[in-house]
Amino acid sequence: MVVVDYFRDIKRSLLSTVEGMAVTMSWVFREPMTIQYPYRKRDPKTSVGGPDTLPERYRGFLEVDIDICSACLACLRACPIECIAIDVAKIPPPADDPEGKPVRAITRFDIDLAKCMYCGLCSEPCPTGAIRHTQHFEGAMTSIEHLVARFVVPGKPVVPFKVTKGETPQTVPKGSIIERLVVKKPWDLPPIEFPK
Amino acid sequence: MQDLVSFLNSQLQTVFGLSETLFPYVAAAMVLAIAFGFTVFAAVYAGVFIFFERRIAGRIMSRIGPNRVGPQGLLQFIADAVKLIFKEDIIPTSADRPLFKLAPYLMFIGVVAGFAVLPFSHRVIAADLNVGLLYVLAITSITVVGVLMSGWASNSKWALFGGMRSAAQLVSYEIPSGLALLPAVLLSGSLSTQEIIMAQAGSPEHALTAGGWPWNWYIFHSPMMFVCFVIFFIAQLAEGARLPFDLPEGESELVSGYNTEYSGFRFGAYFTAEFANTWIAGALCVIVFFGGWQIPGAAVPSAEAIAASGATWTWFGYSIEYAGWGAFWLEALSFLFFIVKMAGVVFIIIQLRWTVPRVRIDQMMTICWKYLLPLTFACLFLILGWMIVLPWESTAALVVRIVMALAGAVLLALYAWRVRYNIHSAGDKVYPHWII
Repeated sequence: MVVVDYFRDIKRSLLSTVEGMAVTMSWVFREPMTIQYPYRKRDPKTSVGGPDTLPERYRGFLEVDIDICSACLACLRACPIECIAIDVAKIPPPADDPEGKPVRAITRFDIDLAKCMYCGLCSEPCPTGAIRHTQHFEGAMTSIEHLVARFVVPGKPVVPFKVTKGETPQTVPKGSIIERLVVKKPWDLPPIEFPK
Repeated sequence: MQDLVSFLNSQLQTVFGLSETLFPYVAAAMVLAIAFGFTVFAAVYAGVFIFFERRIAGRIMSRIGPNRVGPQGLLQFIADAVKLIFKEDIIPTSADRPLFKLAPYLMFIGVVAGFAVLPFSHRVIAADLNVGLLYVLAITSITVVGVLMSGWASNSKWALFGGMRSAAQLVSYEIPSGLALLPAVLLSGSLSTQEIIMAQAGSPEHALTAGGWPWNWYIFHSPMMFVCFVIFFIAQLAEGARLPFDLPEGESELVSGYNTEYSGFRFGAYFTAEFANTWIAGALCVIVFFGGWQIPGAAVPSAEAIAASGATWTWFGYSIEYAGWGAFWLEALSFLFFIVKMAGVVFIIIQLRWTVPRVRIDQMMTICWKYLLPLTFACLFLILGWMIVLPWESTAALVVRIVMALAGAVLLALYAWRVRYNIHSAGDKVYPHWII
């Protein structure tokens, strides 16, 4: 049946090619898997590897809830690579108590996330749980200085939190602070001009 | 039909009062200008083609494709060309220098010279030779010389293998490709590309038979003509060294085939020639099998009527004076129809590259000599009989053509249904956004 085989070969090769073309054509009409990062990002709540799907103890970006920070400087001493910078100073008494003594206040609390090695040593000695790791990890920036998270707004010192034994201080949801400070920043911010 | 050179010459003589003695110089200058124009056109077309190929390849592989340089990455090819031009032009020490330098230009000439007889629209054609098809088949064979020359002159094993494979492939596939064009030549009684396009028309009296309706295309003339188209298309893929017949390059076996030793501008010339070749393949398919630039429903006046002034086209009962803006819009419309059909054929060429794997060299020869060649001969003789039984003008032939065109539409619909099935069976949705 050489002749039958001959025409069967032709039929098979043509049909399989056309079927293959129907497969490749179907991909032309599907959404590409590639996402144009960082212009577009996956849905963090549902996609695999999104911040909301990571485990609770994942060591992502550090954040500090400055409202419950007691300025004990334990994290500063624990950090092996000195990516945390804290300034504590005496400031004049508040306006409603002009007779009082000068107050101890945090004037600066910076964490350089570009230097941080995510070891978690700073969050362990913290008495109030103010410094902690979040589930955020996307830090693609065109200028590296935008990765410095400033938890104290310059010029607005914060009075340290008074620790009471046996009480867990109330805090904001984990990740909300670093989201505002770093993650939600546009990735292509112009570099910061430092004074000469 | 008038071609560009004689048209421009007559215009120069009548409008500017050019003297007869200057004609040879003016003609030579115009030929040079047209040749330059085609070279630029071929290069730009190759660039745009590469862009579309990469984007389509991206989508087929579920990627996005180039989209960084210029709007949507459209200027990517200019960046690529600039990069190539700035590369060092390396000539291997043991290469045959004159041949090595000459080879890419032979390849480029072989492709660009083919453009001369390919019409873009009703009047836009560089030279309407009466041996047009023969010319284009012959001149594109010069590329074999270029490929073989580069393979030999490179003094490299990989390049020589590539050149040898290419020579074997191109020479073999010339035969089925030429024989598959023969039925169209028989039907139209001419080798001229314009005459073949003009012959793909029914009776000019009625709008539904005049001009380039699908049932006037040669592909739907008879089932054998359809087979001829498939054979011609496969042969053109092989001649352009496109997948599944890109054995001359075969990156997985030979480094890059015959152009392994080339770099810089010379490599760019190979690159451009190879991609510009798809225009020739696509245009030949459209001219011979898909009615060329014919506008559906428009009855084209005869060549004599056009040569004499005041020729009119009839389109759905309207008559359009072939002069001034009317002529411009007719040309633009016929160019549009040509380019849309071209894009369809070229899309299939691109899509096939990402669909079928490369064939082995013995398989490639088997396809040509054992399958394509006997089939073309059979089709040729069957079409000869068909032409006697059902002449082109007869009503029965028109009915058969309409039935064939409907069958073609049904096949296309089946294909579209299959594509849709593939998308929905995977649980995906149709995502018709190509601008990212």
